[in-house]
Amino acid sequence: MAVLVLLLFGGGAVGGIWYYFSPKYTRVGYQPIQPVPFSHSVHVDQVGLDCRYCHSQVDKSWYSNVPSASTCMNCHNQILSEDPRLAIIRDSAKTGQSVPWVQVHKVPDYVFFNHSVHVNRGVSCVHCHGDINKMDEVYHAKPLSMTFCLDCHRNPGPNLRPLDKVTDLGWKGPSPDAQKAQGEQFAHDWKVNASQNCSACHR
Amino acid sequence: MRYIFLVWIIVVGMVVGIAGFQGDKTRRTPIELFPDMDRQPKLRPQTANAFFQDGRSSQLAPEGTIARHSSWEKTPENTGKVVGTTNFVSTIPLPVDATLLAKGQVKYTIYCAPCHGATGDGKGVTSKLGMGVIADLHDHKGRKLITAADGQLFDTIGQGKGLMGGYGSVLNPQERWAVVAYVRALQLAKLGSLDDIPNAERASIK
Repeated sequence: MAVLVLLLFGGGAVGGIWYYFSPKYTRVGYQPIQPVPFSHSVHVDQVGLDCRYCHSQVDKSWYSNVPSASTCMNCHNQILSEDPRLAIIRDSAKTGQSVPWVQVHKVPDYVFFNHSVHVNRGVSCVHCHGDINKMDEVYHAKPLSMTFCLDCHRNPGPNLRPLDKVTDLGWKGPSPDAQKAQGEQFAHDWKVNASQNCSACHR
Repeated sequence: MRYIFLVWIIVVGMVVGIAGFQGDKTRRTPIELFPDMDRQPKLRPQTANAFFQDGRSSQLAPEGTIARHSSWEKTPENTGKVVGTTNFVSTIPLPVDATLLAKGQVKYTIYCAPCHGATGDGKGVTSKLGMGVIADLHDHKGRKLITAADGQLFDTIGQGKGLMGGYGSVLNPQERWAVVAYVRALQLAKLGSLDDIPNAERASIK
């Protein structure tokens, strides 16, 4: 009797912690309301902008920059130039006040993730950010947990693409097998050293 | 005995009912149990930071200062102008090779093609979305952009012109020259004649 109670409730507690105390629960699905209803789906899939039009330093810098309002105004000084949804952007471009975008993807501060080394070695945006090109409102799609990083660092091959396809978010390899073979070739040719040392990410 | 099962099912049902499932969409800020190391009081780029008066972590450079590795020197490579004058340099002051052209193509496709179009005809995707006047880089009638000095194209890319914004903040000088070279290649491809092609290659074009 006591054993059964312990099994049921103890097991339930362990199961609950396993299920809920994981970034798969705490982070995945996070979809904050942004100050401007910007749609990646419209800008990427319909208009066809490259990720780097706005996130211009992603292949040079450790972090992927949020564009300045003046970047928006390159087009929106003429397109939807009176739209009330863009009022914050127009004000920001005029006054220099920051747009209070809400950051969705965050790793802990003791993790040193470098965007440029990943996108310059054929890791596409979608591997960590999900199908951003299909999102009207950005949500946290992948757990970005330590095991998520390590899964790929232990076996990077299947996730490497030709360099000109990194920002081609809808790109699918010829076939999973062919892509794996191609990716493993890249890992070899580019001397991809996906370190599993603690100090690779924790410094 | 039955009650224990019943209580268990109710408890599990309540937890799942309140907490939901993995991957559910939520507006709620993610829970962090021990955030003291996760969120350190250090500067992270482009975030709010109360330390500075204007409340942001990424500070603008104070007036009169120059960032390390910035292209501040007033050389033709950085300004597109002949030193000490306001005259534009007539040709690209860097060696133009296949690498530079390839870089120019990548940058042109990202930053220029949305408006000027992949071929430079000014019929990019934004022309269908309400963008007013977009320069046709071939400009058949005026030939202004064909006869313009390379330095002038460089200047327009960096500083903008009319309704076009400047791209100096996203393209460093070398990348701007690469785009100039690629624009020249587009113009040649469109307006060139058979005489521009080396004799040996002509047969393959016809």
